[in-house]
Amino acid sequence: MKYYNELIFELSRKGRTGYSLPVNRFPAAEGLPEGLCRQSAPELPEVSEPDVVRHYTNLSQMNFGVDTGFYPLGSCTMKYNPKINEEIAAMPSFAGLHPLMHAGLTKGALEVYKGLNRALAEITGMYTFTFDPCAGAHGELTGLMIMRQYHMQRGDYGRRKVIVPDSAHGTNPASAAVCGLEVVEVKSLPDGRVDVDALKELLDDTVAGMMMTNPNTLGLFENRIGEIASLVHKCGGLMYYDGANMNPLMGVVRPGDMGFDIMHLNLHKTFSTPHGGGGPGSGPVGVAKKLEDCLGEIRVSGFHGNFGVILRAYAYILMLGRQNLAKVGEYSVLAANYVKECLKDVYKLPIDGPCKHEFVFDGLLDDGAREGVPGATTLDVAKRLLDYGFHAPTIYFPLLFHQALMIEPTETESKETLDRFIEVMRKIAAEAASDPAMLHDAPHSTPVSRPDETAAARNPILRYVMS
Amino acid sequence: MAQSAYFPHTEEDVQAMLERIGVKDIDQLYADVPARYFRKHACKLPDALSEQEVRDFFTSLGSMDPKMKVFVGYGAYDHYTPSVIPYITSRSEFLTAYTPYQCEISQGTLRYIFEYQSMVCSLTGMDVSNASLYDGPTAAAEAMMMCIACTRKKTRVLLSEGLLPHVIAVVETYARFHGVEIGHVPVMGGRTCPNCLRAELSKGDVAGVIMPQINRFGLIEDHSGYAETIHASGALMVEYCDPSALAVLKTPGEWGADIAVGDGQPLGIPLCYGGPYLGFMAVRKDYMRKMPGRIVGQTVDKEGRRAFVLTLQAREQHIRREKATSNICSNESLMALWVTVYMSLMGPGGLREVNKLSYDGAHYLKEQLLSTGKFEDPFPGKPFLKEFVLKPREFPGLMQRNLEQAGYFAALETPEGYVNFCVTEKRTREEVDALVKIVREA
Repeated sequence: MKYYNELIFELSRKGRTGYSLPVNRFPAAEGLPEGLCRQSAPELPEVSEPDVVRHYTNLSQMNFGVDTGFYPLGSCTMKYNPKINEEIAAMPSFAGLHPLMHAGLTKGALEVYKGLNRALAEITGMYTFTFDPCAGAHGELTGLMIMRQYHMQRGDYGRRKVIVPDSAHGTNPASAAVCGLEVVEVKSLPDGRVDVDALKELLDDTVAGMMMTNPNTLGLFENRIGEIASLVHKCGGLMYYDGANMNPLMGVVRPGDMGFDIMHLNLHKTFSTPHGGGGPGSGPVGVAKKLEDCLGEIRVSGFHGNFGVILRAYAYILMLGRQNLAKVGEYSVLAANYVKECLKDVYKLPIDGPCKHEFVFDGLLDDGAREGVPGATTLDVAKRLLDYGFHAPTIYFPLLFHQALMIEPTETESKETLDRFIEVMRKIAAEAASDPAMLHDAPHSTPVSRPDETAAARNPILRYVMS
Repeated sequence: MAQSAYFPHTEEDVQAMLERIGVKDIDQLYADVPARYFRKHACKLPDALSEQEVRDFFTSLGSMDPKMKVFVGYGAYDHYTPSVIPYITSRSEFLTAYTPYQCEISQGTLRYIFEYQSMVCSLTGMDVSNASLYDGPTAAAEAMMMCIACTRKKTRVLLSEGLLPHVIAVVETYARFHGVEIGHVPVMGGRTCPNCLRAELSKGDVAGVIMPQINRFGLIEDHSGYAETIHASGALMVEYCDPSALAVLKTPGEWGADIAVGDGQPLGIPLCYGGPYLGFMAVRKDYMRKMPGRIVGQTVDKEGRRAFVLTLQAREQHIRREKATSNICSNESLMALWVTVYMSLMGPGGLREVNKLSYDGAHYLKEQLLSTGKFEDPFPGKPFLKEFVLKPREFPGLMQRNLEQAGYFAALETPEGYVNFCVTEKRTREEVDALVKIVREA
């Protein structure tokens, strides 16, 4: 990657154009009243088509993607994004459909929704899905709305609490708060699982439900899930499954069978659709049969969700088929355990035992700290990985450990890639022990070094102003 | 059956990894899963298909739907997509990247988001833009929650009935669960009624007012004096706008709005049955720290080179957790790139031309349709840009059927009993004349 410093505005020259439009063959209509028009033209760049193509190609070369290299990013499931999916999403027969066309004009599109709905129901054990949510957090919010709707439809207005484990994804409590629910945290035991006795204390008729991800964010299976679900159900609450960690269970375990009533999936994680630098994603929400009636009352996006993403996910499922879907979970779990076993003698593993698709280290065993020399942190390890051509793991999450380093390899990584990652992680551990200062300065070979984030927040420059 | 092309595992690899872990088989790694859940369901999905079979399957689904010439707007507009855009956005360095948390290897994403923010500010006449939200209606819902967060202790938000029905439906859904009371301001004489607005404001407790710049009847609303009225009651003014039209129309900033939101789809994003699109949001500087979503800022690296980072993160859900006033955690990044490339190619001149072509085409179509004698003009003389509604003198079913059979998606019925027409630069004069002929003969 090389540093490239232009902004598109800086390439602008008055009078240059990058577009081609048809000649106007309509009679000129009388213009708009001046009071409705803007005072001056917007400050947009004036550039040619080659300028645009070269600029954005240069920008792309300062970016790392799944196609560039390995992303051991915990809870993000950065798997390979198949190319056939892109071809299908771009088919003109789908791209040209107006969202308000009636069912007679969109039979093909509706078949896609129906087919994917059936497939996801089969994979998860849910009854039916809504495809309106555009992201995982959007799915959480939708699912919690369904939860509240269910209680309200039964005239049960007092249920405003939602129980969330302390290891939950940060969006869980935020989604609950936005949905008008009060968040009650339940602690984890030293073995990383939900403290069921503490949970019992929290259960009463003010509880709307409980949100869980299983395996949890430590990559550990909540093996008392059956007991938890029946306790929550007994007090009248519903169980919500955060599908961010669905990958290891694909084809092996179904959330519906574990007693979950509502769940979301991240099609951009488990079902291989590209992350696109932060979206668009898709967060379909599945519900048990008794909740089907609640779906109609909730409208969370303009039309039918992100159809382009939904197409890709359906293509992925058809490509894999029954047999290979089951391998997704198995291979992801195999990869995570392999990496964990190969590194746990140099990184601190707070909770040992088999993990699922991901695991969490609590920093280095020897961080090189000596008198007057601060040790290498998780941030340093993460930044040093960039020098070796790997993306960093998820860091400082979950909040249970101070130096959390959360690693998730996926089923699309080869043993060679994992071995090289292990080798580099060991090398970094050795570097930390001998020269932690060098790690504080990492990365050394990226287009930019560590930017000054404090200055960015203190004196925000959030737009370019054309002079 | 051969293993999927997406899995690189050989039998030897699997064996070696199992040995290193110290287990006999993969099932042993699931030993902590209670037996009652483990492999208990015999999956009924079909067998794997080959790539060619998958392509054929989707091609046949696609061929079920006739290709239509789109003459409807109502929140999704058939503008032209320059071929450069999909070419750039399909570069895998953009497409397959994660959120730019590791800024040192994400300068590409961070830079185009910074450019996007700059362009949105310029179109809307506002100070600060975020990195995008899901779509227009959810951006309006976020604005509604932001009004509540900015005004403290006020619990009502007013919605103009001129907003598109699906925008109102989404905002109302969010409001119901977020504990916000919604009031409605009717449209009179083609715009959000100023007297009704004053009456609603005088009831007190209003945190914000959301109004369309172009309303559901396609009319451009004159919002002179609205900002003063709204601000006098201590509420925030939110404008819901079409960003393509903002290249020529008076900006939310010029109207005195505090927040501008809308859907980015008209900036060259294909219709794609409703998504992915993107929601945009831009605000006055005073409200910067209450704005939801990611924001990219400029700074320098250790060597003093210009660099970009995600900034002002104290606003965001992963820091605020249960104290959050928005749960948004992603943006529609690739779609932000899409519209950034679009705006770069079009520039101020191209966008002006797009609006002029659409404007002239729409005005020509309206005049021709009225000349058939089959419609009344419910809003004579009121200014519009690329879409308008007419009141059919008869039940429009036959006309719609004839149009559809000829390959035209037009005359969408609205809840008020009008029909919607829209013309973009993609529609030719021949198409418009042919459409009018079908209507005339229906």
